[in-house]
Amino acid sequence: MSEKSSNASTEYDNAGIEAHLSELVERIMAEARSQGADSAEASASSDRGLSVNVRRGEIETVEYTQERGFGVTVYRHTAEGVCKGSASTADDREEAIVETVRAACNIAKYTQPDPCSGLADAQLMATEFPDLDLLHPWIPEVDTAEAMAVACEGAALGHDSRITNTEGASVNAHVGSRAYSNSHGFIAASSGSRQSMSCMVIGQDNDGMQRDYWYTVARNARDLLSAEEVGLTAAQRTVARLGSRPIATGRYPVMLSPNLAIGLVGNAMSAISGSAQYRKSTFLMDCVGKTVISPHITLREDPLIPGAMGSASFDGDGVATRAQAFIENGVVNNYVMGTYSARRLGLATTANSGGVHNLHVDARTLPFDDLLKELGTGLFITELMGQGVNLLTGDYSRGAAGFWVENGQIVHPVEEITIASTLQDMLMNIVAFGDDVDLRGNVRCGSVLLEEMMVAAG
Amino acid sequence: MGASRLSIAYDQLITESGLTDAALDTAMGELMSHSLDLGELYFQHTRSESWGLEDGKVKDGAFSVDRGVGVRAVTGEKTGFAYADSIELPALLGAARAARGIAKSGQNGSVRAPSRVTAESRFVAIDPIGGLDEAAKVDLLRRVEDVARKADPRVIEVNVRLSCNADTSLVLSSDGVMAGDIRPLIRLDVSVIVEDKGRRERGSSGGGGRRELGWLLDDERCYGYAREAVRMALVNLDAVDAPAGPMPVVLGPGWPAVLLHEAVGHGLEGDFNRKGSSSYANRVGEQVASSLCTIVDDGTLADRRGSLTTDDEGTPTQRTTLIENGILKGYLQDKLNAGLMNTTSTGNARRQSYAHLPMPRMTNTFMLAGDSDPEEILASVKSGIYAVNFGGGQVDITSGRFVFSSTEAYLIEDGKATVPVRGATLIGNGPDVMNRVSMVGNDLALDSGVGVCGKDGQSVPVGVGQPTLLIDEVTVGGTQA
Repeated sequence: MSEKSSNASTEYDNAGIEAHLSELVERIMAEARSQGADSAEASASSDRGLSVNVRRGEIETVEYTQERGFGVTVYRHTAEGVCKGSASTADDREEAIVETVRAACNIAKYTQPDPCSGLADAQLMATEFPDLDLLHPWIPEVDTAEAMAVACEGAALGHDSRITNTEGASVNAHVGSRAYSNSHGFIAASSGSRQSMSCMVIGQDNDGMQRDYWYTVARNARDLLSAEEVGLTAAQRTVARLGSRPIATGRYPVMLSPNLAIGLVGNAMSAISGSAQYRKSTFLMDCVGKTVISPHITLREDPLIPGAMGSASFDGDGVATRAQAFIENGVVNNYVMGTYSARRLGLATTANSGGVHNLHVDARTLPFDDLLKELGTGLFITELMGQGVNLLTGDYSRGAAGFWVENGQIVHPVEEITIASTLQDMLMNIVAFGDDVDLRGNVRCGSVLLEEMMVAAG
Repeated sequence: MGASRLSIAYDQLITESGLTDAALDTAMGELMSHSLDLGELYFQHTRSESWGLEDGKVKDGAFSVDRGVGVRAVTGEKTGFAYADSIELPALLGAARAARGIAKSGQNGSVRAPSRVTAESRFVAIDPIGGLDEAAKVDLLRRVEDVARKADPRVIEVNVRLSCNADTSLVLSSDGVMAGDIRPLIRLDVSVIVEDKGRRERGSSGGGGRRELGWLLDDERCYGYAREAVRMALVNLDAVDAPAGPMPVVLGPGWPAVLLHEAVGHGLEGDFNRKGSSSYANRVGEQVASSLCTIVDDGTLADRRGSLTTDDEGTPTQRTTLIENGILKGYLQDKLNAGLMNTTSTGNARRQSYAHLPMPRMTNTFMLAGDSDPEEILASVKSGIYAVNFGGGQVDITSGRFVFSSTEAYLIEDGKATVPVRGATLIGNGPDVMNRVSMVGNDLALDSGVGVCGKDGQSVPVGVGQPTLLIDEVTVGGTQA
């Protein structure tokens, strides 16, 4: 690179940007009032980032991202309920604000009244905004990011002669701010950063090619895994897939790696969400007080962990978040609800408009090797493919790849198989979790061992 | 026709933004002051509106406008990219300076004077949002719901969503291309839940295309979607557990061509083949499917969801033969990958928006009709699965492994489709499975217009199609041994 990028910087004026966004949402709220909205809410965001992708040691793409946007929802109150209209744009010029609010108000003229619609109750608004340590801005120079990605890919390519090709390595840096306001006089702004590095390589043997990847993500660049570790892990995972052997169709114990275990926990959370309940679109209807998952398991939200990926002090409705257990010792305590779904169910919101904030799995937990021993003979699955999960019926059937395990030892890779069961059985048949907890996302858990699933192999 | 699309796009994106030809020259000059092979400005304006019905009420509606310009700088295999979410000269110049950093300064890239690309019109150049007024849209959703509710007393939930999108784009590149497209897109989705004796099942249907909203009302098409969603849900009330293991599978016509999209289409995208990461790389001229299979990608089909007048690099779309009688013929290309592979673009460069980089993508991908009577195909199977509806699919283009998940399927017993089976994922390897296609029906059908394809985090609308097919063996991921 002969020219330094003009927007490479580690400085981020979050206070100034938050003030600008706060002023913008206040202007939008004022416009909504002046156009006759009975109540309204507005949000605005501003993000920027850099993504550098390297392949075969050379830069492949350099992408600068820069996004702005605002959205407004207006409510028209009638005797039969509240009519709602929404509109959004990236354009923050005065005339665009007027037009966007007008579009939302126009829609609210035609939508039908809903007694459950509207803002959350005023007394639920968050009043405390602790510093959650979410902002560690780092927008590197292109050559810094390039050097990291080159090191990452190099570690992968140098690991094993069977690594013959690469999809490259990338370094992404991102920082953003948002503000939210509603007619209760609530207004709040926050900023956060997210940095990541990933690598994907291709291995080859006489049977063909296999690929795998690894990544690291953190709010603070200091907390990222090293470039070498990411590259090496990607290479090891790829090489481990070579030399797959067939297995027989049958019923086997199945262990899912942490990234897939997170998906299973996510399925359980979706099934107990308020919106799935009021839409009658879940296999866990009317499940409060019922045992829906192995009794050793508690699923709890901890929204205020400093520096965590999912931390937030208020939800999408402005409601203060709180620590809470949704499932305790296998029994459902409460649904996962925002304001609207709570009203639909005649319950109180759990401050989960927009989802959960840092979900912990407390369960019977074993060191990874002990979990493999407990698996005995069966499958350790590291990849799932497709969308064969039916939350309405619980039917579960997905493509899979991983490893055949005998007597607690990984024997050989397996590919082109499916695993099938029902979510009802899978959740009730969770034997234990591993101690290999994945902290990269919003749900935190390790590998999970299930008693048995149907495995179809070609 | 193409010129008038370009004129409309020019007025809306350039003139109305207060820009001129001189400003475009300035921006292109700023970009090309570095030694680039290709510099490109992509201007876009989109308007979207959607209305949703749930619980018998049209209770949410949303409108959005997005407008901006993406600037791409290509040198060899390297791409610099930046964009601005407003169309004004300072932002455009800022993006050009950021993007050109990919190449050295001091030596100018060559710029050819823009020549207007003309292409045959494939669909109406309209903004469909105003095609029906708000009251008529609300009424449409309510009537569709009413048809679904009245179709069967076991219907307990109905969701209907109407989406309209108007997309105007203009692309100007240093190789002399100036093209504009106006792309309407409409879509209606119906999803129902039925309940009987404590068991609940879902059915869904829908359709759309690059059309006017009135098309949904023609021949009561929108009510047909409602009835179809209810029919499918009722079928699934009786579904038994699906079998597990390898077996013959008959795929119905139309939407089950998700198979081709996953097993063939993605693996033939130019970027993966240039890099050698696809299981189809370096295999042109080889047998990669049974000789009964001829598969094309066609962006020129009238009014289809995946169609484009010109692609997102301004190249007119075409029909590209991917596989002919089982032999691999070629790949789907954009300019960057075609250039590096010494070939030409097939008009398959697509991007989700101005804020995303273009890549080779599918448009409408389908298999041509064969000779077999669909009844004969079913009758030829002693024991297997007949799958007529699918949810999504996914592929690993490197190993060739792909999946797609059935949402409506039946057991085949002695040549007849009998009891419905629960949703199951089918898994196989692209070339292996395509080589096992042993009968191809004479009933080619395209899907109804609801496909969305995802790649590298970017979504674009696509179409698929096929006749009834028999695959001699594919692994079915049921729960019954």
